[in-house]
Amino acid sequence: MQSAIVDNSTETRMATKPPWTVYLHDYITTVDHKKIGILYILMALVFLVIGGVEAILIRWQLFWPRADIIPPKLFNQLFTMHGTTMVFFVGMPILIGLGNYFVPLMIGARDMAFPRLNSLGFWATFLGGMIVYFSFLAGDPPDVGWFAYAPLTEKTFSRGIGTDCWATGLLVSGVGTIAGGVNFIATIVGLRAPGMTIGKVPFFVWTILWTSAQIVLAIPPLSAALIMVLLDRHLGAHFFDPQTGGSAYLWQHLFWFFGHPEVYILILPAFGMISEVIPVFSRKVLFGYEFMAAATMGIAFISLGVWAHHMFTVGMSRPMEIGFAASSLLVSIPTGIKMFNWLATMQGGKIRMDSPMLFACGFLGVFVFGGLTGVMLAAVPIDWQVSDSYFVVAHFHTVLIGGTLFATFAGLHYWYPKMTGRMLNERLAKWQFWILLIGFLLTFGPMHISGILGMPRRIYTYPPDRGWDIWNQVATIGALIQAPSFVLFLVNVIGSRWWGKPAGNNPWNAWTLEWATSSPPPAYNFNEVPVVRSRRPLWDLQHPEDPDWKYEGEHA
Amino acid sequence: MNSSHHAEHANSLTEPHRVGMLSFLVSEVAFFGTLLAVYIAYIGQTTTGPKPDVLSLPLAILGTVFLVASSFTVHFADHALKLAKPFWFRGWWLLTIIFGAMFLVVTAIEWKGLIEEHGLTIATNIFGTTYYTVVGFHAAHLTVGLLAMLIILGLECSGQLTGKNAIGAELVSWYWHFVDGVWIFVFTIVYLIGR
Repeated sequence: MQSAIVDNSTETRMATKPPWTVYLHDYITTVDHKKIGILYILMALVFLVIGGVEAILIRWQLFWPRADIIPPKLFNQLFTMHGTTMVFFVGMPILIGLGNYFVPLMIGARDMAFPRLNSLGFWATFLGGMIVYFSFLAGDPPDVGWFAYAPLTEKTFSRGIGTDCWATGLLVSGVGTIAGGVNFIATIVGLRAPGMTIGKVPFFVWTILWTSAQIVLAIPPLSAALIMVLLDRHLGAHFFDPQTGGSAYLWQHLFWFFGHPEVYILILPAFGMISEVIPVFSRKVLFGYEFMAAATMGIAFISLGVWAHHMFTVGMSRPMEIGFAASSLLVSIPTGIKMFNWLATMQGGKIRMDSPMLFACGFLGVFVFGGLTGVMLAAVPIDWQVSDSYFVVAHFHTVLIGGTLFATFAGLHYWYPKMTGRMLNERLAKWQFWILLIGFLLTFGPMHISGILGMPRRIYTYPPDRGWDIWNQVATIGALIQAPSFVLFLVNVIGSRWWGKPAGNNPWNAWTLEWATSSPPPAYNFNEVPVVRSRRPLWDLQHPEDPDWKYEGEHA
Repeated sequence: MNSSHHAEHANSLTEPHRVGMLSFLVSEVAFFGTLLAVYIAYIGQTTTGPKPDVLSLPLAILGTVFLVASSFTVHFADHALKLAKPFWFRGWWLLTIIFGAMFLVVTAIEWKGLIEEHGLTIATNIFGTTYYTVVGFHAAHLTVGLLAMLIILGLECSGQLTGKNAIGAELVSWYWHFVDGVWIFVFTIVYLIGR
């Protein structure tokens, strides 16, 4: 079943070089969770470049007032595809990919529970991306915005194929995402190593479990809503057409019932990676594991009841507004618990500022900032003032880039040695971090101001007399500063694959099971299934005189 | 392929296949929950064309009887399989398939009447839109269930429903109970409350 490269260890790879078609065939037909994980990550990185180019084009058009570099229709298509790409084909695949690679390793399993379903999940996600992007070849990319408000998606207003590609693509990739979520839950509940009770799983695994619960609960409503859009467009149904008895307002409820849990789907695994990196690089255990675990559950549950804060300006009833404002504000409590626990983990630790930790610290600073504007937006009167303005754009980019992207870079820099057997170049990584951080602050900081000054999101140009010029120009310069940081990352990832220092099994001296096997791990992951007694099995192994389970037992 | 300690929870709820099926069914609950929420939101919103009073309650009750009965027979079948009584398994399992197929026949008769006598299609009005979507997706799930049961029956008759396949019948029976349970909600909302 396995081809010539069964043994992935570095020596064998150097010794025998099968032609590239063997690798290609191996990756396309693979059901190995590690290879599928890498496929997800590669797919996400390709789409990251595409979505990034779209962002640069958007910023380029907004550099000068009344610019006409990009026509309005194309501008609408660009921001629609940018948002759709980043959420569905970058954010979720890269997190699911990292989860795919590391969840089985971290719980001491040999693969995911359903390897073939796993493969289906990736290829459905990939196919969904291809369908959405096929719209470019068909000459009509969708221009309805990433949340595709009705009745803009009805046949009357979107006559071309773009909206169909958008809805079908997301439907197909949604099937893949649900398959991934189901697989994660079955794996984490059913395949943990002996002794690893559910209260002893590595924190990243715990967050993937709750992200999967959200996937299973929130993606199907989106699928149902997308099916309704397609029924409206192709069978003449009336779900979202107000002129024939449908309701545009209903679409908003359905979309955001998915849409808000979605942002927590994108952030919980990020929290998980931060919770792996900070303890290892502070040389301490994660502070308040139980509170962190409960906070994760709390966020997963609360997130299902906050969606209508995206709709404060459509004219809901007062009780709805107060209720959704209150539930949205509630999210800040478990999130605050996490923030303080990360800081408490660092306090008094022997902190090592290697690249994963650098990104984790960047995450802590920037994510707090984005979280605070989130608290502001949850307050109805402030939302009325700045809804649909660049303030909102600034807010969600701050949490998604400052949160998800910085944490993902922390995770990628942390785990790259395990995936390839090679270290990333630290100098390049540090340059990448500082360029990204500076570019990021310059891009999204000014958007808060232009938003408060009244600049609506999604306008393709603006008049010169509003005082918005300077903030847009700084933002565009910031975007141009960010761009090379991604190039540095890709150069580092590709270059270090061949020229990086050999990593060894456990270059960071970390404590979870993925570091107990070789780098990269063999197809079967572990020679023998490890037995676990605490949350830090490798610490116990290295310190038999002072194992963790002695202390964890005191509270259990 | 996983080590022996996994064998110890072969009969427990943490067995991966059971967890997987349960998670999948939860996602299906979210899917049908959305469809039904939309149906409820549009109850009474139809201004032109046929309204829900064109639905035939006796036909719906007949279908409900078939479906509820099939939930019992599939339970008996699964039970017989666990007691290693293949004859009874095949009998109850086949009866379940027949009851499921009868339900689809009832739906077909109902739809034929709605389309030909009342001119109600998915494009007629918001009632037609929501009605055909909810009932149609339920019927589609039921059809998938029938196909899965035929596959299980084929496996059993060819002696392959053993070892790691043995859990298949149980999982399909869970799915079948779920499809039946969804129908109880559809029946209550569409034929009792909304009519």
